[in-house]
Formats: sequence, C-alpha cells, structure tokens
Amino acid sequence: MSKKTAAIDIAEATRLEMYRSQYRLREAEQRAFDLFLQNLVKGTSHLSLGQEAIAAGFATAMQPGDLTFCTYRGHAHTLARGVSVEKVLGELMSRDNGLMRGKGGSMHLTSVEHGVMGSYAIIGAHLCIACGAAWRAQYQGKSDVTTCFFGDGTTNIGAFHEALNFAVIWKLPVVFVCENNLYMEYTPIKDVTAVAQPAADRASAYGLERILIDGNDADVVYQTAQKAYARARAGEGPSLIECLTYRHSGHSRADPAKYRPKGELEKWKESDPVKTYRARLLAQGIKASVLDEIERVVKAEVDAAEVACKASPLPPDEIMFTDVYADGGCAWRN
Amino acid sequence: MAKVTLVEAITLAHNWEMSHDPDVLVLGQDVGRNGGVFRATQGLQEKFGNQRVIDTPLAEGMIAGLCVGMAAQGLKPVAEIQFMGFIYPAMDQIVNHMTRLRNRTRGRLTCPVVIRTPHGGGIHSPEHHSESVESMFCHIPGLRVVCPSSPARAYGLLLAAIREPDPVLFLEPVRIYRYARQEVEDNGQALPLDVCYVLREGTDCTIVTWGAMTVESLKAAEELARQGISAEVIDLATISPIDAETILDSVARTGRLVIVHEAARNVGVGAEIAAIVAEHGLYDLEAPIQRVTGYDTIVPLARLEHDYAPSVARIVAAVRATLS
Repeated sequence: MSKKTAAIDIAEATRLEMYRSQYRLREAEQRAFDLFLQNLVKGTSHLSLGQEAIAAGFATAMQPGDLTFCTYRGHAHTLARGVSVEKVLGELMSRDNGLMRGKGGSMHLTSVEHGVMGSYAIIGAHLCIACGAAWRAQYQGKSDVTTCFFGDGTTNIGAFHEALNFAVIWKLPVVFVCENNLYMEYTPIKDVTAVAQPAADRASAYGLERILIDGNDADVVYQTAQKAYARARAGEGPSLIECLTYRHSGHSRADPAKYRPKGELEKWKESDPVKTYRARLLAQGIKASVLDEIERVVKAEVDAAEVACKASPLPPDEIMFTDVYADGGCAWRN
Repeated sequence: MAKVTLVEAITLAHNWEMSHDPDVLVLGQDVGRNGGVFRATQGLQEKFGNQRVIDTPLAEGMIAGLCVGMAAQGLKPVAEIQFMGFIYPAMDQIVNHMTRLRNRTRGRLTCPVVIRTPHGGGIHSPEHHSESVESMFCHIPGLRVVCPSSPARAYGLLLAAIREPDPVLFLEPVRIYRYARQEVEDNGQALPLDVCYVLREGTDCTIVTWGAMTVESLKAAEELARQGISAEVIDLATISPIDAETILDSVARTGRLVIVHEAARNVGVGAEIAAIVAEHGLYDLEAPIQRVTGYDTIVPLARLEHDYAPSVARIVAAVRATLS
C-alpha cells in the first residue's frame, strides 16, 4: 500500500478544493444523520462518514462530462460531483425539492446534469451498467470516462467479474473503485473472501495492475485517479483501484455496528480523512483563516439546505403512478 | 417483395433499423461472427462491424447490464438471449434496473432496450431450450412483452419494439422460425404494439392465443369449421399490456372463450385473460372459460414434447366443451 503523501505537487487550489469537498460531505452527511434522529428521513440510508477522501479525490480528478456510478452508499459521490446539499437532503426527506422530487430516495440518487448516472442498490449490477455507459463513449469516440464505485462486498458477486472481463476485452474507458471499509454490511470481508485484498488481489486475473491505496488520504486518491483517467482517455483501458478506508457509522441507520472489535473505530478515527487533511494543509502553510472561511461557507450551505428542505412540500401522492412507462404513467395496468 | 420466414423477417428488421439509426446496436452471445444460434442476426456484423454487432461473453447478466448502461446513455441496444431458459441471470438487471430507471429518476434516465429470445418448445430440446415463461415477465411493471406469430408481424413488431422508448421483451416462437414463408415488404413500416391481431373471424367461440400456438389454434378452427362451429382466433401479439378491448368485444359477440398457451397453466397469462373477462365481460359468457395449456411440469424430452404442448385435438375439445 502506498503511504506516500507527496501532496506538494498538487496545486494549492486543488488541495483546497479537496478539503472543501471532504468537509462538505462530512457536514452534509452529519446533517442527514441529525435529520434521521428528528425522524425526518424515512426509510433506510447509508452514510459514508469516514470515507470522504475517496469521493472527494476522484471527483476532483474528474472532468465535466465524466460519469459517476455509485451504490446505495452514494450521498458522498453525488455531492462530490457538485449536486447541491439541498437537492440531496430533499431527496432523503422525500420532499418535492429533492433530486428526483422524492421518488428515488437515499439509495437512488441521480443527477444526469452532474454526470451522476445513478445509485444502484443491488450489489454488482452497476458495474455491468457502467460498462454499457463506457461502451457508448468508446463507440461515439467521446473522451469521457466512467467511474464506478462499489464496496468490498461487491467483489464476491459474479457481476464484478463479468464486468471486469468485459471492460478489459474492449479496453473500455471505465475506472472501477472498490471502497474497502473492511465490512460487507455486518460481516468482516476477510471472513468471506478467498484473498486478503478483495479487489486488488483479483486484478491480475484480468491482466490489470494491482492497485491498493490509502483511501483516507485525498492526495493519494487524487493522484491515483488522475493516472487512471489519463490511461482511460488514452484508450489504454480500465483500472481497478482498491481504496482502504473505514466507515465511522454503521452499515445503515439501523445499525449500531456492535460487531466491530473494541478500539477499531478509535484507531481508524486517528486517520479521519477530514481532520488529517486539515492538519496537513496547515502544516503546508495554508492559513487557518482560509480553512475557517471554507468551513463557514459549507456550513451556511448545509444550514440553508436544511431550512429549505423542511419548508418544501411533499410531492403529490399521484407520483406513485407516474413514469412507469413513456406515456407518463401506468394507466393500462391499473 | 420477398417471401421470407419468420427468422428472416427478424434479420430484415434489424438490418433496416441499423441502416437508418446509428444508435441501434446488436449484442449477445454468438450474434456476430456466427449470426446467432438460429441465424437471426446473420450477416449483420459483416455489414455493420463488430462495434455495432457485439459478440459478448456468455454472461446474460452482463449482456442485460450493458443494455441498461447503453440505453441510459441514448443508444438503442437489441440483445439476444440464446434461449429463454438462459434468461434468468439477466432477471436482476431487467427487474431491478431496466424497467425501473425511468420511474426512480422521474424520466431522466430511460431504457429503450429490446431483449429478443426464442420462445417455446417443439425443437426436440428439453427444459432450458423450450421455456415459455412469459408470465414471469408480464408481472414486471415498466416492461412490455411481445410475441409475433408470422413473418410480417415479426418484422413490423420488432421495428416497433426497437423504436419503443421503454424496454421490450421480444419472444420469438422458435418452432415457427421457419414454418412458413410470407411476403414481407422491407419498407421500415412498424406495426402497432399493445393491440391484438384477429387472425380469423368467427361467431361461436373466441380463441385467444399467441406465438406458435396460433398455428394449432388456426388448425383447430379449420377442424371446427368442418364440424359446423365458427371460431374466432385472436393473436394476442403484445402479451403485456393485454389489449382487453379486442378480447372483450369478441367475447361479447361469441359468448365463449378458450385461451390457448404453451406455458404451464398455474398463474399463466391465461389466468390474467380469464380474470379480465370475468371482471368486465362475465354477463357476455354463455359457458365457463376454458384454458388449454402446457402442464404444470417441466418441459419434457423430445419423445414427449408434443404431448406437453396444446394439440389441435385438445383445442377442439375445449371449444366443443364451451358449446356443450
């Protein structure tokens, strides 16, 4: 695993943007959690608290027009592409101001204009779908790259292997990113996987480079992403990147994560990506006042989003019958 | 105008649409170099290249997933699943994503996909190669299920399916792929989806059927005519959604209904048709509805396959029962 933190060759503006992004993801998701506690978010949802460096690092390395596919744990990846906090929180709260006006919910965040081509709650499926999107880029001679995020649990389902095989055969412009947070929902991934590193150790089966990085270090993530995107845009094909990280909260809102050994969370919190990145920027000579201002602006956006979402009406009940077919509804079946 | 078989009509429809719409792609196992196991895509890769006619790995989930990703990005993929019994690994993509993207994204992402697959038995192959499990798919909101029964309808309905903005499962009755030739004008003219086609008019009993069973049903109507009984034969063509109006109108005139399908009886599409007529046309019925179907067992080996599928004799007997 690469431990290098050679951040100095990343432009200051980029580093500040990655701090802003990570801080924003953290604040927005913590606010989402507060809203759960107020019973304003119905249904389940899955937070990326502790995993922000991956979403921020990749999104910062992307170009406009690049595509993002994510799992049910997709708030961070959606926000990192520039979707407003209000649109995301509104969707979590099933409000009319949400991304899909309250129809998709936490697990299906989609924002086509930001390149967020959907969150997919069935494990593995979206790796195949991402290949289809990347195929379109290659077929039409476009230069956009598709990034597909997934968890460690995904590496044991057939679709993971089917997608990697296909992407390599056709040298598709797709980057597969495994966020290994050590747990497949409630079960340690190492207990159910034939190899130690669930994604990286499978790369050689598809003729790919073994890439295992510190997923809590935004600089490392960013630089790795840049290399993968350059390779994809050069027509050299896909990459598979395993990012080691840890989720600070449970699998879902209902999970207190009691299955984790004592002290494990505390140990990982020492490498909390948001806190360590702030400290690094200060050590690199960035003034605290600059970071304070970033934080102030982010907090203002999150505060305003909460107010707007609470004030937004619920969508009409009729949405249940809309958009089942292209004619706008499902009248012939009901 | 050329006289073509049903499978040749399928190839013609592909060729027309690919020639006129660069967004249309074909993919599946063996569809390119080999032209498909039944030759439905013969010659297409030579003409359109291997980026538009894609030989995929043997991985049906991957094939369906590719379709979702391509279609959500504006392409119009037409995928072949080699036999209907091989379609189950694709179910996750079809049920969870292909048919739901429109709904959950409020129309921002859509899936104009056609999945073609052979339907039914009669080719001396058991189980997986002879499935007719359309009812599993008719239960899925967001999906259309279509089954042509002649070369002309295969051509026109496949064009309509490719142009349809929603996903379509296109079932091709394998037993009649090369059963008869018919003149088909290769003019790009689609036929309407979501409507039945009346194959034979009659006054005493309505027979509703689809796919290869239209052949048996028409033969049965001939036999019944010799016995002085006038049967109307309706090809459902679009199995989901069901064109209830045409069926109800017919039953209102004949007063009797026999449903013929190759699939197993339990919760088959026949049950849905019977329910529609019971709900909306009960007082038009002169006799209980009859179903002539496959049996609730596994499609057997060649020796028994013709005992499994509805026969002319069984259909005739069912119609006579409604008149007794």
